Amino acid sequence: MRTLSYRQAINEAIQQEMERDPRVFIYGLDVPDHKRIFGSTVGLLEKFGSERCFGTPLSEDAMTGFGLGAALNGLRPIHVHIRVDFLLLALNQLFNMISCYRYMTGGKCAIPLVIRAVIGRGWGQSFQHSKSLQSIFAHIPGLKVIMPTSPQDAKGLMIAAIRDNNPVIVLEHRWLYDVEGDVEETPFETPIGTARILRTGKDLTVIATSWMNIEAQKAAQILEKHHVDLEIIDPRSISPLDMETLVTSVTKTGHCIIADYDWLNCGFSSEISARLMETCFHSLKSPVKRIGFAPTPCPGTRPLENLFYPNAITIIREVEKKLSLSKIDLSQETFYSYENKFKGPF
Amino acid sequence: MDTNRVLKERQQLNLELYRRAYLIRTAEEKIRRHYDENEMKTPTHLSIGEEAIAAGICAALHAKDQLFGTYRGHGIYLARTQETQKFFLELFGKEGGIADGKTGSMHLSAIEDGLMGTSAVVGTTLPVAVGAAFANKVQQNGKVVAIFFGDGAIEEGVFWESLNVACLKQLPILFICEDNGLAIHTPKSQRQGFKSLCNIIRQFSCEVIHEKSTDPEIIYQLGRHALDHTLSTQQPTFLHLEYYRYYEHVGVYEDFKFNYRPKDEFLKWYAQDPVLLQRQKLLNLTILEAELASLERKIQQQVDESFENAQRSSFPTAEKLYEHIYA
Repeated sequence: MRTLSYRQAINEAIQQEMERDPRVFIYGLDVPDHKRIFGSTVGLLEKFGSERCFGTPLSEDAMTGFGLGAALNGLRPIHVHIRVDFLLLALNQLFNMISCYRYMTGGKCAIPLVIRAVIGRGWGQSFQHSKSLQSIFAHIPGLKVIMPTSPQDAKGLMIAAIRDNNPVIVLEHRWLYDVEGDVEETPFETPIGTARILRTGKDLTVIATSWMNIEAQKAAQILEKHHVDLEIIDPRSISPLDMETLVTSVTKTGHCIIADYDWLNCGFSSEISARLMETCFHSLKSPVKRIGFAPTPCPGTRPLENLFYPNAITIIREVEKKLSLSKIDLSQETFYSYENKFKGPF
Repeated sequence: MDTNRVLKERQQLNLELYRRAYLIRTAEEKIRRHYDENEMKTPTHLSIGEEAIAAGICAALHAKDQLFGTYRGHGIYLARTQETQKFFLELFGKEGGIADGKTGSMHLSAIEDGLMGTSAVVGTTLPVAVGAAFANKVQQNGKVVAIFFGDGAIEEGVFWESLNVACLKQLPILFICEDNGLAIHTPKSQRQGFKSLCNIIRQFSCEVIHEKSTDPEIIYQLGRHALDHTLSTQQPTFLHLEYYRYYEHVGVYEDFKFNYRPKDEFLKWYAQDPVLLQRQKLLNLTILEAELASLERKIQQQVDESFENAQRSSFPTAEKLYEHIYA
């Protein structure tokens, strides 16, 4: 085990897979430029050449279908989008073609296609550079959707995605690239469709996606001082979803907050909430609570942006309500600020 | 001696083309006769009128080459595979069809024969074909991809995106525009703000060919030329091929009474009907009427048997609902 950042973990996963399997290639806007997708594609061009690592015309729709065609013919493409918002240009290929191609051919084709898309906030990104969209992709049968949070999971899930014979969408929060953690050096797969218990606790279950796990862990640290013991579960895989782990936890604690990094309306949080109602209604001591974005486009200006996004404080306040605690004084606590990491313009 | 051999080869080629064209016509006419029985519950876009393109290009392609097409895909499916069992099972929604009846008329494929897929959203197979051609180039396997699409696809952004990528990367691919002048019921004059498609395409790094012949042999020769060009230069070829759609956009009937296109237009094209023209050519090439009649009878029999087999066959069982979604 060594300590790697999330960006290094992704990079290592891709490098190791490209070394192991000559069919793997990576492409997308800016993949080989000097910035290398927040550093996550560093070294690939030099190591594997421009046939296996290349930039593309500004043609998200065609380049997504291109990935499908290459996958049909035995290659294993990784298509990268520096913002998930740009992937919206390719929904036709994703929803009308890629998701149902195997079905269409009577199971004669496999589609080993990975689509990486960067999500998340920072430095006035406003409403066209900050979406998440996991529920939109997860809605479609035939696609898999994963959202790794830790460097270890980023590596294991990326390798699993590359080796998977189905289309897998990987949503990577841009703030997570700087998160560091222990990562195994030898290649390994983290099975897609398995949740991870980030913190074991007895009082309340927080189910969090992507960056919200960082906020939930901060909330747990503070609440611990006030004798509240949170259990935090990172589903990691949005589709397929490991409901069993979630149900086991909620059955144990009886309380559940879902902190999804997305809007609430028709979202992943709604889906989990509904399934908990269907499977463990009688174990719930209080109604499931959902936390997510404000139901607005994302504002660019900082004070409004801070209101738009939920954070550790949002979680703490909801925990207080659920467990009938008095309001905790947070004035002495320090919370994550991206001021130190992101100074723009990108 | 030599002229004799040339004649023999021409006879062979034209018989082969006729076999494919006649199979398409016969299968489609069978569908026309029975569509109202409401057993084939699938939106059907007939290939009647475009047999020369399907037969000509499919005969020109090599066995290892790959094809992609559109929802008007019966023609290339039949010309490429020359099989009708799975074809009719699929139209009837029956088990044993291409996808056990789950995709119907608009999404035919025959992966084992290189027909990699057809699609019912205009233009969607274009980039997929380009990606397939990229993989073929990387693997240096000598396969050429032929992508069939209509004139409506030209108005989709993805057409230009795909053409651009194919020309940029110099991929072994044939773009085959099957131009019937109509996008559903709207003529090109109401859709296209440019004068000449081919003149625009000539600005891209590819070979451009235009033809409006309904002679399968001429289309075959163009297909061969395109293949040779693409294989020798590793450059895409764009074939703009005009034809006439005899029947309604979807369904089996004439639709001249709706006045969006004049019947005169049809009659002009019908005078050059690809199947009749090819039949007459074979007679001119001294093929005997009896030989043609025998070939036609065999095809008719094949179609009838496959059709009746599909009628008799079972629908897919309930567990098929969940099959083939994930690998």
